[in-house]
Amino acid sequence: MGTFDILNIRNDFPILGRQVNGKPLIYLDNGATTHKPKQVIDAVVRYYADMNSNVHRGVHYLSQISTDAFEITRRKVQAFINAAHDHEVIITKGTTEAINIVAACYGRPFIGKDDEIIISAMEHHSNIVPWQMLCEEKGCKLRIIPMNERGELDLDGYRSLFSERTKLVSFTYVSNALGTVNPVKEMIDIAHRYNVPVLVDGAQAIQHLAVDVRALDVDFFAFSGHKMYGPTGVGVLYGKEELLNKMPPYQGGGDMIKDVTFEKTTYNELPFKFEAGTPNIEAGICLAEAIDYINSIGLDAIKEYEDGLLAYATEQLARVEGLRFIGTAAHKSSVISFVVDGIHPYDIGVILDKLGIAVRTGHHCAQPVMDGFQIPGTVRASLAMYNTAEEIDALTSGVERAVRMLK
Amino acid sequence: MTINEIQDELIEDFAFYQDWMEKYEYIIQLGKEVPLIKEEYKTDDYIIKGCQSKVWLYPELRDGKVYFTADSDAIITKGLVSLMVKVLSGHPAQEIAKADLYFIDQIGLKEHLSPTRANGLLSMVKQMKLYALALGAKS
Repeated sequence: MGTFDILNIRNDFPILGRQVNGKPLIYLDNGATTHKPKQVIDAVVRYYADMNSNVHRGVHYLSQISTDAFEITRRKVQAFINAAHDHEVIITKGTTEAINIVAACYGRPFIGKDDEIIISAMEHHSNIVPWQMLCEEKGCKLRIIPMNERGELDLDGYRSLFSERTKLVSFTYVSNALGTVNPVKEMIDIAHRYNVPVLVDGAQAIQHLAVDVRALDVDFFAFSGHKMYGPTGVGVLYGKEELLNKMPPYQGGGDMIKDVTFEKTTYNELPFKFEAGTPNIEAGICLAEAIDYINSIGLDAIKEYEDGLLAYATEQLARVEGLRFIGTAAHKSSVISFVVDGIHPYDIGVILDKLGIAVRTGHHCAQPVMDGFQIPGTVRASLAMYNTAEEIDALTSGVERAVRMLK
Repeated sequence: MTINEIQDELIEDFAFYQDWMEKYEYIIQLGKEVPLIKEEYKTDDYIIKGCQSKVWLYPELRDGKVYFTADSDAIITKGLVSLMVKVLSGHPAQEIAKADLYFIDQIGLKEHLSPTRANGLLSMVKQMKLYALALGAKS
């Protein structure tokens, strides 16, 4: 564990030195993707300059060192989330693919007509649509955990959804649109009392708080590399060995087989049976650098710093006249969503962009959440470890300026 | 005035504004001058897909020329649609359909043409040309 030195951290991210529209970049769209430290960027270059070769195939030297590096990532992910085995770590394209693997390989064989899947009212589309597609195919039904006006899930409502038809629960750890941190451990324990497995979407959690899949006793856990300072195009599905072994492969192709004849193919073992075809080798290998980077700062220190910044941002933005926060849960992480009376979020986003400030506007791929609050969308500022109080001040005065122009 | 004459005039107008803020204030002002679509047409039938904010656009054929009325729930978007209406409204369908809208680039709004930009200026242009083609075929 290192010490939290914001200047050193900012120096590690080359892009933070650039200008946008003639102004220093202020990047507050980290919920969409984070920037990469030079350690990760250098590793990408090093991979192609030194190592490039297909993994899990060749006997030759380069293929072996690529394979070793790829497998080091798997073990680093295992340690990072405290999984029991490295083969419980499936390398995917990202969170979306990870959720789709569970929908296809657990959902299709084990969830049938009139069975029920529980998701929450604050899910990202990627944790809604795969289940809707499964429901269309199998005739199962979605049940939705209700949410209060602060953006917190109603646990009594959650408990009341369970029945003998409940076959799977899937919800997000941290809401991308509201910043709510859900009581995942408690929610997993409730599901397990009904012997129902749980998938947790960790896309907005993994970069902000320490995750221990064994302490949580979570059955499946999904996250993306690009939101945790790593490369785009790589993500993780963690699954308990026992469950993954029961599931059929996801896609057919190379790497996922043991023997292929035209009569019959036998499938490879975990984790390879879920990793058909050549993976994103470069991203897979370089994800290890992102994990090392996070570990070198320490998630506890990151969380403490980001929580302080979130509190400061909330306090500052609250002073803007007509501004209303969307998502005021008691437990939040790194996301501030807001609207300003009488002004479309899109207009605020355009003006902030002109000031060099990157935020996201719109429904944040969570339309049901926006419908719940009866708004077309929000302005969302989402924080990372490299953001500063000065940037929050610039955001606040940027919003004030936008409001003056747009009123 | 022809479509190109209007474009040239707008390029001159915009050249007058030095910084982005003045430019956007002008766009916001233009939004207030847009010929407003009748409330009854503000339905899903006349909404333009591909916009983060809502844009409604209604075409009409009068004396062989196509006229547009529009509105948006976001005021910068309303300004952008107003610009397009200013340039394209009141011309023969054929001319609208084949118009080369070089002014967008020249007044520094090219960024709004990118398909990733959620305001859908590109969708507006496409839709206006489609309406013109459809009404042109009818006449």
